[in-house]
Amino acid sequence: MLELVSLSLLNGVLFGMLLFMMASGLTLIFSMMGVLNFAHASFYMLGAYFGYEISRRLGFWTGLVAAPLIVGVLGALVERHGLRRVHRLGHLSELLFTFGLAFVIEELVGMFWGKLPVDYRPPPALDFVAFRIFGTNYPAYRMFILVVAAAMFVFLIAALRRTRVGLVIRASLTHPDMAAMLGHDVPGVFMTVFGVGSALAGLAGVIAGPALVTQPSMAALLGPILFVVVIVGGLGSLAGAFIASLLVGIIQTFAVAINASLGSLFGTSAPPGLGDLWQVSVAELAPIVPYILMVGVLIFRPRGLLGTRES
Amino acid sequence: MKTGSIAAALFLLAAPAFADDTIKIAYIDPLSGGGALVGEVGLKHFHYLADQINAAGGLNGKTIEIVAFDGKANPQESLIQAQKAADQGARIITQGAGSSVAAALSSWVTKYNERNPGKEIVYLNYGAIDPALTNDKCAYWHFRFDAHTDIKMAALTTFMKDRSSIKKVYLINQDYSYGQSVQRDARAMLKEKRPDIEIVGDELHPLFKVTDFSPYIAKIKASGADSVITGNWGQDFALLLKAAAGAGLQTDWYTTYAGLIGGPTAVRQTGLSHRVFVASVYAPNTAPAEAQAMDADFRGKSGTALLPPYVNEMRVLAKAITDAKADDAKSIAAQLEGLKLPSYEGGELVMRSDDHQVFQNMFIASFGPLDPGAKFDEEGTGWGWKTIGSVNGADTVVSTTCKMERP
Repeated sequence: MLELVSLSLLNGVLFGMLLFMMASGLTLIFSMMGVLNFAHASFYMLGAYFGYEISRRLGFWTGLVAAPLIVGVLGALVERHGLRRVHRLGHLSELLFTFGLAFVIEELVGMFWGKLPVDYRPPPALDFVAFRIFGTNYPAYRMFILVVAAAMFVFLIAALRRTRVGLVIRASLTHPDMAAMLGHDVPGVFMTVFGVGSALAGLAGVIAGPALVTQPSMAALLGPILFVVVIVGGLGSLAGAFIASLLVGIIQTFAVAINASLGSLFGTSAPPGLGDLWQVSVAELAPIVPYILMVGVLIFRPRGLLGTRES
Repeated sequence: MKTGSIAAALFLLAAPAFADDTIKIAYIDPLSGGGALVGEVGLKHFHYLADQINAAGGLNGKTIEIVAFDGKANPQESLIQAQKAADQGARIITQGAGSSVAAALSSWVTKYNERNPGKEIVYLNYGAIDPALTNDKCAYWHFRFDAHTDIKMAALTTFMKDRSSIKKVYLINQDYSYGQSVQRDARAMLKEKRPDIEIVGDELHPLFKVTDFSPYIAKIKASGADSVITGNWGQDFALLLKAAAGAGLQTDWYTTYAGLIGGPTAVRQTGLSHRVFVASVYAPNTAPAEAQAMDADFRGKSGTALLPPYVNEMRVLAKAITDAKADDAKSIAAQLEGLKLPSYEGGELVMRSDDHQVFQNMFIASFGPLDPGAKFDEEGTGWGWKTIGSVNGADTVVSTTCKMERP
């Protein structure tokens, strides 16, 4: 029991940090800029593929630096030449634009690299067992993910709250007209923030690629859960997204570990009409638990955990 | 844009010119989403095999044309595509990725044929292996060319019977008709063949939804299992093995689909040498020379292994069409019943009339570093399949509950 609880806690935290790494860029773009970016997970996928392509020529560490930069520039270009035009048409146009973009990127990736998963592996320097607990190995690479995610959180919080750049960014996002009056280049700020958000997604891709599977469907697999994290965390709140990532990670991991079903709690004979539901174990429900959480949050606390605004 | 719809659009433009001298085979499988990988590989197989037949002069003077439709591994979507295929004049459809899709297609074809006499369609299934399709849900127009779960699991559990090191087994499967059939068979067959084996865990997880299998691996670890049985395929197999590798889980793996595209790469990453076993109709390194030559040729062109169910399906179809001297579904179906042919992988292939299930030699293979002299490694990993057991086609025959309704 103690074994399963501690392993689940550890796995939950690790998965949560991985989620935060992927959601941090979306926090900037969706929850701060208010852009409904359905293509965010696609930038994450591009990061993974660029990282793979660079790492097999110039090594993993070069890829770790170069791939996010390339993705960031791509993101900035998308904002400058695409989103900025549709932005004035409202949220629906943004949503449709990014939705279409996600499909285009998926097909392009499939054309360049094929539908097969590519053999993207952790660098040899991180390919060892960090520690063992209850006979289960924890690879150093997972610890690396943990450290990077924590560093990203600290860096973003510090940059937004403690620096002058952060001050200008926050002002431009909340009071764009006033910031423009004071002589700041608001469209430039938007482009930069979108670029940085995309670069963060790219960084997450470079790092998560070897840990998960790098294939064209990886974006579609992760896209929805990132929105769960941002909505549960609350719009406009980086700390909220951080807490929500950990929460989703831990809840989902614990749900997998629980075999109990309604039947095992209240006796095996199901009330009429509840036959199948009675036998479903919590473990089988685990993958939908985050979405149940999101629906619950939207109903009972639309602002999210630490949200600063409702929409 | 989807390959399928482009192909369909081109086909519409080209259709009238070729209407009479081509035999159209509609390929309905996922070409986008989580199953795209498998769908794409299948399409390459059919193009390759059709090219081969066409190069040799076609069938009865006609050429074969493969038309691709994106079924998205979704029953509703696949039925829409099937209707489209029928409207475009395809009288042969083939599908194999996903038993839920197969069940929907099979009953759709039956209804379509009742309502459209003279325009019948025959449905060739190369890989949807839920046993129900040739048992309770059997249909006259459906023919299956891969061994179904009962046959594979019978071979797998017979192999496990003699491995005395197995004491505790954990089952983990995808939560849909096929995964549940693996689960059911494993429980029933182990109980019969090795009652001393303890089943310490039995897990179903949603199809193509799990990103990180670490929590499941923690559970397997905590259960003390020494062996895992899984029917997982596609990304669910790759991610499961990846998580196992990360946690350093040391168990044997008994699988039905480790050989499917992406599987070998995942097994190689675990580093578990000759501890992942698969029951299948594929044994590349012990296949007859003719099959090996064809396999090598296909690998050179497409980069993946040539799997027997596709080859057998096309060979059987070609024989049925030439023997019948006709390519309408009625004549094809009549020829297919009871048809016997040498199998691509050696031995004999028999299409049983009672339920339209093929029986052929089965192999147990393990995955690890290549033996000296072995020809094929998989997916550029340097590791390959070693055939460690085989079951004669005649010994794989299982009974059926099918009561075939013939038109």
